[in-house]
Amino acid sequence: MMRFSTLIKNPADWMKGSGPHSEIVMTSRVRLARNLRGFPFPGFSQEHQRVELLRAARPVVEELPEMRDGYSVDYTELSKIRKQVLVERHLVSREHAARTTGCAVVIDRKQSISVMINEEDHFRLQGIRPGLNLRGAYELVDRIDTEMDAALPYAFDGKLGYLTACPTNLGTGMRASVMLHLPGLVLLDQINPVIKAVGKIGLAVRGLYGEGTEALGNLFQISNQHTLGEAEPEIITQIEKVIEGVIRSEQTARAKLLEDHATMLSDQVGRAYAILRYAHVLTSKEALNLLSMLRLGADLDIITNCDRSLLDLLLLEIQPAHLQLGAERELSPEERDVARAEITRARLQAIHGPGHSAKGGPDSAADI
Amino acid sequence: MKCDVCEAEATVFLTQIINGQMTTVNLCEACSKAKGVTEVTGFGLAEAFVGAAPRAMETAPDLACPSCGFTAAQLKKIGRMGCPECYDTFREGLEGLLRGMHKGTRHVGKRPSAIIAAAPPPRPRRSTVPASTPPAPAIQTPSITLKEDTPAPPPPDLNKLRAELDLAVKEERYEDAATIKAEIDRQTQSSPPK
Ligand SMILES: [Zn+2]
Ligand SMILES: [Zn+2]
Repeated sequence: MMRFSTLIKNPADWMKGSGPHSEIVMTSRVRLARNLRGFPFPGFSQEHQRVELLRAARPVVEELPEMRDGYSVDYTELSKIRKQVLVERHLVSREHAARTTGCAVVIDRKQSISVMINEEDHFRLQGIRPGLNLRGAYELVDRIDTEMDAALPYAFDGKLGYLTACPTNLGTGMRASVMLHLPGLVLLDQINPVIKAVGKIGLAVRGLYGEGTEALGNLFQISNQHTLGEAEPEIITQIEKVIEGVIRSEQTARAKLLEDHATMLSDQVGRAYAILRYAHVLTSKEALNLLSMLRLGADLDIITNCDRSLLDLLLLEIQPAHLQLGAERELSPEERDVARAEITRARLQAIHGPGHSAKGGPDSAADI
Repeated sequence: MKCDVCEAEATVFLTQIINGQMTTVNLCEACSKAKGVTEVTGFGLAEAFVGAAPRAMETAPDLACPSCGFTAAQLKKIGRMGCPECYDTFREGLEGLLRGMHKGTRHVGKRPSAIIAAAPPPRPRRSTVPASTPPAPAIQTPSITLKEDTPAPPPPDLNKLRAELDLAVKEERYEDAATIKAEIDRQTQSSPPK
C-alpha cells in the first residue's frame, strides 16, 4: 500500500478547479452509510467489537480493485496533524478523525474514493468529483458498495432500506453534496433568497468553515436531507436541477456586477490581490475571503493570467494542518499566519494583478 | 440572516415539513451542532425530540433491544439506534418520526444483491447471527456474540471537553470547536433533571 507522503504529494484531480461549471461549483461528493448485521453501531459498541469489525472488514476494503495500491491506515498509527490533513482534504470526516482505536480509513490512489471504517456507521463510503458531477461521484461509490456487498453481510430491511445508526440516514444511506463558490450573490446581497428557495425544496444549505460568521470564502454546501422514499438517481437529479438554478443566479449576479458595479468589483479584486501578494501575516479567515475575491477576479477575467487550479490548491495549502505538515512540526497560530502569508506570496508571484493586460503592456504594469 | 436561537449570524439553513407545516430554520454553526445538525444529519430527529413534533415516539421507555440492550430511553436521549436490530424493537414508534423526516417511509432504490436474489425479502429477525446468511460472504458471519447488556460509552468529561475546545480554537479548527462547544452545552444543559 501507499505511504502517507506519497498520497499527499500529488493533488487529486478534483482539487484542481476543473470539471463542469467549475467556475462556480468546486466539488461534488456522494457518501453512502453502510452497516453490518450482528454488530452494534460504533457509537454503542465496545472497543473490542469495533476492533473485531475493523480486523475483519479492512482487508476486504483494501482488496477492492479500486482501492488496491491505495492508502490504508489504522487511526492508532496516524498523527493528529496527518488526520487533520485528511479532514482538510475532505477525505475523512471531522467526527471520524476524532476517533482512534478500532477506526481506519482506506483511500484510493487518486484520492477520489475513501472508505471510513467505524465512523457513526460501520462504513462511510465517499466519492468526490470536480465541478458539478454528482452522477460521477455516485458511480464511484456505487461500484465500491456493490463489491463490498458481495463480501460483507450488510444490514438491510425491506421497508427501511439500509439500516443506519441515525434514522435520518435510513433508506439509501446516501448524502449527495455540492460545494459552491457564490461571491456574486453575496456581493449583491442576494444570497439569502437563494438559500431560502433551495431550503424550500427540502435541501440543506450551509456556509463553510465558519463559526457564527457569514460563510467564509463565500463557499456554500448544498445537500439532500431526505434519504428514505426516493431512489438514488431521483435524489441526484433533483439536487442537480436545483444547483443548475443556483448556478444561473450566480452567473446573472456576476454579469450584473460587471455591468453595474465594475469599479467596486475591480477595487475588491485589486485589494485582495495586493494584500495576498504582499502580506506577511494572514489569518485563515482573511485568506479565505480574499482568495474568494481573487478567484472571482480570475473567473471574470479581471485577472487574466491566473489559473484557477493554483487558487484552489492554495486554498488547501493554507489550512492549518497542511501548513504544519509542510513545516514538519507543530506551529503556533502566529507562526501559521506567517507561514500562510509566505506560501501565498510565493504562489501569487507568477500572477499579475488586475489592470494588467493579457499581453503584459508596460503602461498598465506601472499602475500597480 | 440571524440565527433563530441566538443572535449570531446564521450559516445553516434548513427547511423541513413537520406535521404538514413547512418550517424554515436558520442556525449559526454552534446552534446547528447543538441541535444535532451535524453534516446535515440528525436534524429531523433532533427537532422531533426537542418537541416540535410531539408524539413522535410513544414507546415505553424501558423497552430494550434483545440484541444489544439499547433502551427506548437511550434512543430518545441520543437519537441514534444501538444496532441494526433495534429497528425491529422500536419499529412501532418510528413510523411517525420517519414521516416527518423523509420523503416517504418505504425504501426505494438500491438493494443488496442477496436481497434481490431472494424472492421474498428475508426477515432474519431477532438473531444476532442470521442463519440465512447471503451466499459467499468473505467475512465470516460475526464471530462475536453480543452481550445482552452492552453499556453505553461514558460521556467525555467536561474538563476534558473544555481543554479540547481551547485547543481547537487555538488551532483554528473552528468546526471542531463548534462541535465541542455544542457537546459542552448539551451536557451542561441536560445534566439537571427536568
Ligand atoms: Zn445560534
Ligand atoms: Zn439493538
